[in-house]
Amino acid sequence: MLAESLFFSAVLFTIGVVGVLTRRNAIIVFMCVELMLNAVNLTFVAFARVYGVAGQVFVFFVMTVAAAEAAVGLAIIIALFRHRQTVNLSNINLLKG
Amino acid sequence: MRDFLLSIHYDYWILPTLLAIPLVGALLVLFTGRREPEGTDEVASGAARGPRVLATAVFAVEFVLSLGLWWAFDPVYDGWQQVFDRRWIPSWGIRFTLGLDGIALMMVLLTTFIMLLASYGSFTSIRRKARSYYALLLVLTTGMLGVFMSLDLFLFYVMWEAMLIPMYFIVGIWGGERRIYASLKFFIYTMVGSLLMLVGIVYLGTHQPVTSVNGVMTALPNFSYDAALNTAQFTQRGALWLFGAFFLAFAVKVPMFPLHTWLPDAHVEAPTAGSVVLASIMLKLGTFGFLRLAVPLFPTAAMQPAVRTTVLVLAVIGIVYGALVSLVQPDFKKLVAYSSVSHLGFVMLGIFALTVQSVQGALMVMINHGLSTGALFFLIGMIYERRHTRLIDSYGGIARVVPMFAAMLTLVSLSSIGVPGTNGFVGEFLVLLGSFRTTPVLSLIATTSVIIAAAYLLWAIQRILFNALDKPENEHVPDLNRRELILMAPLVAGIIWLGVYPAPVLRRMEVASEKFVRQVESKSAVRTATGGR
Amino acid sequence: MLLQHAATAGAHPLEGTVASYVWLLPLLPLLGFVLNGLLSLTAAFRFGPDDPGADHGTDAHPVAAHDDTGGGAHGDDHHAVQRHRYAGLVSLIGPGVLIAAFGLALAIFLAMRGVGEMHVPFVQRYFTWMPVGDLLIDASFQLDQLSMVMVLIITGVGALIHLFSVGYMQDDPGYPRYFAYLNLFVFFMLVLVLGANYPILFIGWEGVGLCSYLLIGYWFSEKANSDAGKKAFIVNRIGDFGFLIAMFLLFANLGRLDFVGVNAAAGQLAFGGAVITAICLFFFLGCAGKSAQIPLYVWLPDAMAGPTPVSALIHAATMVTAGVYLIARSSVLFSMAPVAGLTVVLIGGLTALFAASIGLKQWDIKKVLAYSTVSQLGYMFVGVGSGAYVAGVFHLMTHAFFKALLFLGSGSVIYAMHAAYHATHSHDDAQDMRNMGGLKKYLPVTWVLMWAATLAIAGVPPFAGFFSKDEILGSVFLRATHSTLADARWLGIPGSVILYFVYVMGLAAAFMTAVYMTRMMIYTFHGPNRTGEKEREHLREAPWIMTGPLVVLGVLSVIGGWFNIPAALPVGPIGALERWLEPVVGESALRVAGGTLPEATHSLEYSLIGAAIFIALAGIGLAFARLKPGRLVPKAQAPAEHGFGRVLADKYYVDEVYDAALVQPVVGVSRGLLWRGLDVGLIDRLTRLLVQSKDDDASPGAVPMGGWLTRAVGYLGSQLQSGRVGTYAWVLVVGVLFVLGAFSFR
Repeated sequence: MLAESLFFSAVLFTIGVVGVLTRRNAIIVFMCVELMLNAVNLTFVAFARVYGVAGQVFVFFVMTVAAAEAAVGLAIIIALFRHRQTVNLSNINLLKG
Repeated sequence: MRDFLLSIHYDYWILPTLLAIPLVGALLVLFTGRREPEGTDEVASGAARGPRVLATAVFAVEFVLSLGLWWAFDPVYDGWQQVFDRRWIPSWGIRFTLGLDGIALMMVLLTTFIMLLASYGSFTSIRRKARSYYALLLVLTTGMLGVFMSLDLFLFYVMWEAMLIPMYFIVGIWGGERRIYASLKFFIYTMVGSLLMLVGIVYLGTHQPVTSVNGVMTALPNFSYDAALNTAQFTQRGALWLFGAFFLAFAVKVPMFPLHTWLPDAHVEAPTAGSVVLASIMLKLGTFGFLRLAVPLFPTAAMQPAVRTTVLVLAVIGIVYGALVSLVQPDFKKLVAYSSVSHLGFVMLGIFALTVQSVQGALMVMINHGLSTGALFFLIGMIYERRHTRLIDSYGGIARVVPMFAAMLTLVSLSSIGVPGTNGFVGEFLVLLGSFRTTPVLSLIATTSVIIAAAYLLWAIQRILFNALDKPENEHVPDLNRRELILMAPLVAGIIWLGVYPAPVLRRMEVASEKFVRQVESKSAVRTATGGR
Repeated sequence: MLLQHAATAGAHPLEGTVASYVWLLPLLPLLGFVLNGLLSLTAAFRFGPDDPGADHGTDAHPVAAHDDTGGGAHGDDHHAVQRHRYAGLVSLIGPGVLIAAFGLALAIFLAMRGVGEMHVPFVQRYFTWMPVGDLLIDASFQLDQLSMVMVLIITGVGALIHLFSVGYMQDDPGYPRYFAYLNLFVFFMLVLVLGANYPILFIGWEGVGLCSYLLIGYWFSEKANSDAGKKAFIVNRIGDFGFLIAMFLLFANLGRLDFVGVNAAAGQLAFGGAVITAICLFFFLGCAGKSAQIPLYVWLPDAMAGPTPVSALIHAATMVTAGVYLIARSSVLFSMAPVAGLTVVLIGGLTALFAASIGLKQWDIKKVLAYSTVSQLGYMFVGVGSGAYVAGVFHLMTHAFFKALLFLGSGSVIYAMHAAYHATHSHDDAQDMRNMGGLKKYLPVTWVLMWAATLAIAGVPPFAGFFSKDEILGSVFLRATHSTLADARWLGIPGSVILYFVYVMGLAAAFMTAVYMTRMMIYTFHGPNRTGEKEREHLREAPWIMTGPLVVLGVLSVIGGWFNIPAALPVGPIGALERWLEPVVGESALRVAGGTLPEATHSLEYSLIGAAIFIALAGIGLAFARLKPGRLVPKAQAPAEHGFGRVLADKYYVDEVYDAALVQPVVGVSRGLLWRGLDVGLIDRLTRLLVQSKDDDASPGAVPMGGWLTRAVGYLGSQLQSGRVGTYAWVLVVGVLFVLGAFSFR
């Protein structure tokens, strides 16, 4: 049971990583980040089933952080869009040094 | 006098006070003086009066307070004196520890003395942003004093870095034409060395003996000097690397050949007082570092034949090379700068020759060089303020026009040459005599520099003071005014006093020198020629 | 059997006598220096600086195009005719302190004679100068028979010269400065001879070199004068280098630097060994510098650029004799190093001959005397080098008398010539003998006195020089068969050969001395006068303040030799000086002589004396016979020299050789290779890899590196800051994989 869950989480996580690295639309990147977070959640729940309830506590932490981060991140994207009329990541390099 | 000082617990508060006063003074100076629009001559408008008077007053107080150390210091006690010790960052084993031995004592006195003169000597040469200048001078003082006084390696490093920044600004803002280049070069050279030293310090502080802390065996960091000296753990090879790190840091500062090229540029481009401070005090920090840290902490590495011979050879090369290059300089300030390379070579020779005479001689050269070269730079500054050129060929025959200046310049030059009766002789004589016992050949080569020194200085002052007065612009140069005479008088007095009666100074440094020689000898099992006959 | 340590003998017999005021001896002239110096500076401050170029460029050499913008009143022809404001005060202080010092010296001398036999020196310690570990150098003075002789000469002849200077320098605008320097010189010279250890002696040694520098370049507006002063100091410094090394060797091997201690401990060193020989040779290098021997004599002729009384005092009577004093003082050391002794003797002899030959063809009256001094110093070194310390010091004494007289006399002559040229606004050379002639009519007193000195230096009895010169030559001759020197080998050559060779050279030099001195007298005082019609009216004897000291010196040149008459001529106090100096140098002289002093049979002694007299008279006779003053023309019209005469007149081109072989290469290498090549070219270039140098134009032709390395690294670094989130993400992922990988492969 555990192995299958972990495998599933890994797959989800990888999909998320690939998405972050390759997609150009900022909102899609965010969705992929959420996907990575949820993959981690799945891993925690899977382990919680075997090693104790502490894993489920972690899930709560992660969900809270994900929610906050989503809110802030989307706000940033909206501000960015207002400024640049685009959310294409390859065009946004204001911090180039 | 000693009893009076004891009654006011002088020993207890003097060292931190000496560090604090300049900082407080700097803060106060920033509030004085009017704010003038960019580019006004603040001396003429009087805006500079507040800062410079306050700063000089602060320096005067500092100097007078430090004078007490002359009597308070016990020449025969073998150990740190006037110790001030407080917790600072306990979890890292860092304490705020100050203390003096004979060597540091002289350096502290030299510093407070020279800084007072530097401040007084800047009155007419700093004409803009005077407030910032005097504040920076004060902060610089704290940094330099801190280096001499600190008995904690971390504190040492903080103070070491704290000196760099004011100096960088002083050269960079109030300097000559190529000041940015010069100050940047100075900063980078010193910084590279300092970073290596930081690595060494951290290593020493963290590689302390392992003790049990709550049942776990940990190495408690301890950055105190005594810990580094006695309990730091490192291998033979490690010692070599560590010594190399410290060596580089200090060798740049000395400056040793071939890391010396920052000095001529820095000296030439710095304002007068900047040059004075640079030559008189900051150069001594390098050799002080060798005496206090590099050699005593790693005596085996330092006295390894290959290392020792290399350092001695480089020192002698510096002596002769510096003198020869001085000979052909057209700019008087650069000439004096290269002569500093030559003089500091004597110090390195004295330290690494490792006899009591040579080490005492090295220390005397440090003090004497501070006085003579400081005086030279002041005089150069005075004539520069009048004629705005430092090129020797622009002058000629001015002894007829400025006899007082001529007399002073001749006397100070003689001191730099090392004519007996002046202070310069005592130091050089002791170094050469002492080093002759352990490295006769190198000492002999170094002695030839007395000939070259006479040549370059006498030739220079001949072209400036004597010969025909053939340039009309030199004919109406005013002689030294009262302020300048007052400035030079204590330097001249010091030159003569230390030449005729150096015994009190030698006595106070003797214990520290002997301790240095003894410790390095015994720890490195180097056979040197000490002891009586 | 070496000298015992003074401290162990209990209270010294001189304790409590006037001799305990020996410290006052140097202090008096020092006081004179301070007072005169203050007067000079105060005058400069209040009335404007003095104008040292206005009066003379050199002694009387005319100054060509010349600007007078200094202070002071000016008479016609750029001469200041107004005496210095403080001249009166200075005239009292300057000579006054010297006369007082001489008086004190006399009193101490009488006290010394009063205590009878004094076998240990009287040492007074004032304070500790350099206490460092096992090195202990005290500021102390040592009074013994040798230093007493020197003190009397210095203060006595010095006082006379100070008096002479009052007249000679009376119109000089730098009057107080002159006397300040002269007083300072006497101070240092006294420290030199009174010092109880080598470092204190060295203070005086370098100090007199310093004063020599200041006084040679006294009229510093002329570059030639300043150059001469600088040359003197630097060449002296080469000698000082030798002195220093000798001191280091002494301390490294014996642990002592005071005379009493060194003499006591010298026995520890191997006789004739490398160490003692090295010490003595390095000391002699110092002597060669200070006392103008080959190869370091070149500064002395140039030193004639200074005022003539300076030449008399410093470069004849006192400073240059310091080397002889040093060897006499270190007699214990030198007597243990025969090879060093032979070296001294050989170089002394060569110098005596070499310099005498140059003197034959010099036209400047002072240059003749300068080379004569170098030559006579050679004699003194022959004396002390061969172990005849008393003979060397004896000649030092007589030479002080007659050479000072000669210089001061020439000063009178130059003074008269200068006054004459001044009156007629001529710019001719007042020191060139070709412009003189027949001056005996105008300066009769000077003429007579200078003849006394000439006979003395030539070695004609009963004048002073005869006795001292004869003693030296005789000593060398005798020691060629009977001394440790004779037994030693110098670079393979037996010592006796060297000594005989030096004897012959000494005779030859004596012959030449007689010739060139008589030549000088003939050309200056005899024959027709070449000075010029109008000038002749103004030639007159110098004022009595100048001629007075000449008379005193003249008397001394006559009777000065009678202090030490050899045993073969029992006409006066036999060997008085020898007995006087016996406690100081007697033992060393014995050691050199191999245990017993060489005794000459009376017949040998008479033949040596006869040879010396014959040589002297022959030289004088030859000069009178061959030289025709009538054939001379004034300098301006004189033909150039040719042939070997030219070589002599151009002093064998030694200065030119030194310049080309030493000075120019050193300066050239320093400038081209060390500074431009190494410092700026190599080291700075490496630095510029790190530091920006866009605005750096320090060295011509340097390629601006533009802080290449820094820029390159910076560029690479900046590539990481693309500003793109995607890139950052990639970096993050790669990093995480890397760390994970590292952990799993632990």
